[in-house]
Amino acid sequence: MQFVHTDEQQLIRTSARDLLRSRAGPAQRRELLRQAPGYDLQLWRTFGELGWTGLAIPQAYGGAGLGWVELCLLAEEQGRALVASPFFATCALAAPLIAAGAAEEQRRALLPRIASGALRIACALSGSDGRPPPEGNAVVLAGRDTQLTLSGVSDFVIHGDSADLLLVLAHAPESPAELSVAVIPAAAPGVTIRPHTMLDLTRPMSRIELDAVRITRRDVLGEPGASGNAVQEALDLARVALASEALGGAEQVLEMTTAYVKERVQFGRPVGSFQAIKHRLADMMTAVEAAKSAAWYAACVADERPEELAEAAAIAKSYCCDAFFDCAASAIQLHGGIGFTWEHDAHLYFKRARATATLLGSPAWQRERLVRRFAAGESATPVF
Amino acid sequence: MKLGFTAKEERLRAEAAAWLHAQLSGPFRDLRGLAKYSGELARRREWERALGAAGWSCIGWPEGYGGRGASLAEQVIFAEEYARAGAPGRLGYMGVELAGPTILACGTEAQKRRFLPPIARGEELWCQGYSEPNAGSDLASVRTRAVLRGPGSGKEWVVNGQKTWTSFAQFADWAFVLCRTEEGSRGHQGLSYLLIPMHQAGVTVRPIRQMTGGAEFNDTFFADARTAADNVVGAPGDGWKVAMATLSFERGVSTLAQQMSFANELRAILSAAEANGLIRDPEIRQRLAHAHIGLRLMRYSALRMLASAEAGRLSNEAYTYKIFWASWRKKLGVLALDVLGPRGEIAADAPYEWDLLPRLFLSSRADTIYGGTNQIQRNIIAERALGLPRESRPG
Repeated sequence: MQFVHTDEQQLIRTSARDLLRSRAGPAQRRELLRQAPGYDLQLWRTFGELGWTGLAIPQAYGGAGLGWVELCLLAEEQGRALVASPFFATCALAAPLIAAGAAEEQRRALLPRIASGALRIACALSGSDGRPPPEGNAVVLAGRDTQLTLSGVSDFVIHGDSADLLLVLAHAPESPAELSVAVIPAAAPGVTIRPHTMLDLTRPMSRIELDAVRITRRDVLGEPGASGNAVQEALDLARVALASEALGGAEQVLEMTTAYVKERVQFGRPVGSFQAIKHRLADMMTAVEAAKSAAWYAACVADERPEELAEAAAIAKSYCCDAFFDCAASAIQLHGGIGFTWEHDAHLYFKRARATATLLGSPAWQRERLVRRFAAGESATPVF
Repeated sequence: MKLGFTAKEERLRAEAAAWLHAQLSGPFRDLRGLAKYSGELARRREWERALGAAGWSCIGWPEGYGGRGASLAEQVIFAEEYARAGAPGRLGYMGVELAGPTILACGTEAQKRRFLPPIARGEELWCQGYSEPNAGSDLASVRTRAVLRGPGSGKEWVVNGQKTWTSFAQFADWAFVLCRTEEGSRGHQGLSYLLIPMHQAGVTVRPIRQMTGGAEFNDTFFADARTAADNVVGAPGDGWKVAMATLSFERGVSTLAQQMSFANELRAILSAAEANGLIRDPEIRQRLAHAHIGLRLMRYSALRMLASAEAGRLSNEAYTYKIFWASWRKKLGVLALDVLGPRGEIAADAPYEWDLLPRLFLSSRADTIYGGTNQIQRNIIAERALGLPRESRPG
């Protein structure tokens, strides 16, 4: 039992932080957010060259064969630097979906290309109302072996407008529980991609319309209609990665705000010497430390104790997202007027915090899911 | 990172579980599930001695002083099994968790030989003399005085003053007491950490009744109380440093056992909600989930804290742990009464006896006060962990 990062893991963190500091600073981010795809393609290629894109992919499929603890360190550092990147959608959501749900031949075809950084994959899982998938899934997989079609709408598709491939969650006609995941080129005939302008500028999303898109049996991951469990497992892994991102964001706004209140002088003293300010920062740090425990434990569980994953993921996703939001909100308040300006980074973190909380089930949704694990019944009202 | 335990560690788990089960379903059946202060004193002392005799009392201490030299992981395992078995709260807590580790870290060889084995055998119980009526959050302003008197080798400390909130003083054999030993000194300077026998004419213990109705802690008066000149831990005048070391031991392995009693309280709330139908209420469900999450995070944080301590570091989570659990438990107390509804306000018995959950509601009000109030904790976090400038203080 040694619940602390090893020296090798610390090294991954340090090199990630160094790279992102030089290549993904605030000025670079501002430049990128102005135009599609909203992230730095050169930086993404560097991720591939460094092996980051294949960190948690087994060596047999061209990856580094490390685990979710290592992947989550990268997620945490990207959250800290507020990096806009296809990393989450491709490496933390699509890759585990393929690893858990695809047939061997499909894994061989797809995972090495993710590991090398050659593929950007967007996951079309949610329906129009954005409930956590598979709830609200609105794509139907119809037809027989050679003549399959995908029809319907998926929304909230992260980086849907800049992906090479789409993983589309679909259900059988009249049977929402029979879930399949199909892989199609983003440019396939019948696919219409409509980018949104999102609250969180660092994670663009699109609406994807599928008009009788023709696919074959080989485009469906694993057994048609039997992907339910693989989807749940991949979603929980992705939630742990999101929690890690949120943790990194919370750490960053705490540091940013601590530095600011030390130098901002009012009434002839640094404002950080006033208890009203100190106590709010102390509460931020208390939340950040608990968030570390939540995210790091969940990442450990992902590698070591799959039977605990659902619970640990729900805890990490809800706690870390709440902590990030509270810290980002405090950061705006404690920066005063400057914190409300477009020029300052505080709002970018605040918006990322809100959007990360919403993604794949809000904190309240995660908590309702937790209660169902240990108590009878369910909430009398729906929870998003 | 690694969560699992080795085969050797798992063997210790099996050994501990078997011993605890045999004791608590056999000779100590009557003590199963008892809280820190309840039950008959003589029986609780017997339990401490039984733990000591079997070598389970202070397993982390070196073998020469009555421990097993157990690794951190082994201590974690024992704490978990102890709590899982429903073993009673430790009457020896102050000696095992505070006095002992302080003497181990800062005491002389002679002090270690004199004081540690009786703690490990469960024979001598301890209490803590820090707070005074005028030295609460501002602990450094203690006024209890101690002076060395007597001829040559027969010198001893003569102690005068009043300590307050002294838990366990009613049955302790020894107290570790923060005293002012330099005439005219102020603040952190001139304090010493004395070990004082409780059974003497110069020591009077008077219980303080709390808002719970019970009287678990006391006023302790020292009127020409005496202790040998050697019974000072660290150099005279270095008492503040030693006292702060003790406070850092309050975050040890025992926090894991404490969490198990919190888990019992949460389970009781859950059962009450299932029994009266409030479990269907969306707000109650959310609050139950918050409570469950907080409890799990305490466990994960304790594991991190222990891993850092073993690496010789005091990491950030150690600063925030107290405020986290204390605030959590206070919320749990309110949730308990919200779930019980009006029935929760009817006492179990006269004159003012309460069942587990209303008692939680009342007792949790102290959690954010003792051991450093939430306000003091926030100052410490802000100034020491985040490095914010100190507020100007009068004087």
